[in-house]
Amino acid sequence: MLDIRKRTGWIFLIVMVAQVLLVSAQVQTRSGVPVVEAVSFGAFAKVQGVTSSAVRGVRDVWSNYAELQGARDENQSLKQRLAELEIRLQEQRALAARTTRLQELLTLQQTTELPTVAADVIGGNPNAIAGIREITISRGTADGVQPGMAVMAPRGIVGRVIGQPASRASRVQLLIDRDAAAGALTERSRVGGMAVGMDRDPPVGMELVANLQDIKPGDLVVTSGVDGIFPKGYAIGWVETAQRGPGLYLNISVRPAVDFNSLEEVLVILVPPRPALSEAEIKAGPEGRK
Amino acid sequence: MKVIAVVAALVLALLFQTTLAGISFRGGTLVNFVLIAVVYVALSFGAVTGLLAGAAGGLVQDAIAGGVVGIGGLSKTIVGFFVGVVGAHFIVSQPATRFVMFVGGTVVHELCFQSLYNLLEGRAPHFAWGTLFTQAAVNGLIGILAFQIVEGAPGLMQRRETRRATFGRRRF
Repeated sequence: MLDIRKRTGWIFLIVMVAQVLLVSAQVQTRSGVPVVEAVSFGAFAKVQGVTSSAVRGVRDVWSNYAELQGARDENQSLKQRLAELEIRLQEQRALAARTTRLQELLTLQQTTELPTVAADVIGGNPNAIAGIREITISRGTADGVQPGMAVMAPRGIVGRVIGQPASRASRVQLLIDRDAAAGALTERSRVGGMAVGMDRDPPVGMELVANLQDIKPGDLVVTSGVDGIFPKGYAIGWVETAQRGPGLYLNISVRPAVDFNSLEEVLVILVPPRPALSEAEIKAGPEGRK
Repeated sequence: MKVIAVVAALVLALLFQTTLAGISFRGGTLVNFVLIAVVYVALSFGAVTGLLAGAAGGLVQDAIAGGVVGIGGLSKTIVGFFVGVVGAHFIVSQPATRFVMFVGGTVVHELCFQSLYNLLEGRAPHFAWGTLFTQAAVNGLIGILAFQIVEGAPGLMQRRETRRATFGRRRF
């Protein structure tokens, strides 16, 4: 049997609450609403607010979770898309660079009066063996290429065809090869000499220039045409240093105009080499050579 | 028997309260007979009976007096409960301790009653401490007197019966 004396606290609480409700039912707030109604409405509104907040929180968490999952998938997809676009961008950049180079080559081909044929560099590493610098191009005898023909790039001379070309390929000795040479002169002072490949940096030197000649760093060195291979007036490079040598000649280093490390397309001048001019022919000039 | 005693005490207190409502001390200090009855019941029968008596007596008094029903009941419920709890833990059979309980109960009741009324009417609480303690002292004295009457009545009746019997056997 329930002993109410052991429930003293509860009974006290129940009686108190009952009387508070009784009092509240009789008292009105300033707005005229009974206190019990206002309190119960307020309490209910608070409970409703808490419930609503809890439901909203759970819904937000769930929706965030779902969105996070979607974001992860989207992130993966976007990463993949980004990688594809980066590859495509690189392709486009390469294409644009190639287009630019071909444009320059075409411009060179159009400006020169000599017959030429464009060729791709298909092999060879200029730095493979120190001092021996050759490349292979995609033109050969089928295209009219013959041994000794000059090879150009838009920025200057590259070298000459060596050996017997195949029908669709040829070997080209670069100007920076230690055995390569070309007749040269400075554009400003018209001082003649010989541009040769060297095992140093810069990899081209200019020899046979007397100590008394007027050579300054920055002078443009161009082909002189006396070697019978390279047509006259094409750029070789710029004088980097010009120092008095131990003998009669200056020590001149030339920075090549062509970047031999990034050669991709070249132009072969389809003019067979002629014998080099003799000392007398050089001195006689064009009139004497006729 | 307990229920009858409690109801009788409350009814008696309400009768006194309504009929002797004009009695006042120091110009306005009314004796609260219902409160005295509640404290008496709580001291005599414990906290549960005290709080129930307080609730019932207070509500009836509120209903008779007019105004908000429940404020007096609430105050007397609190008094009945705490007096009952204190009475169960301490020896309160001496008149002095009972007096303290009556005084304390009155003070607590008035504080609760006035505070609740001020709260409901939106006024700052204000207590007339002199009047309050006078009422508490008067309630205490009446409460002790009530205890003396209730506890002394059976013995008095018995002594009277004994004396009558003795006189009857005497031979003059």
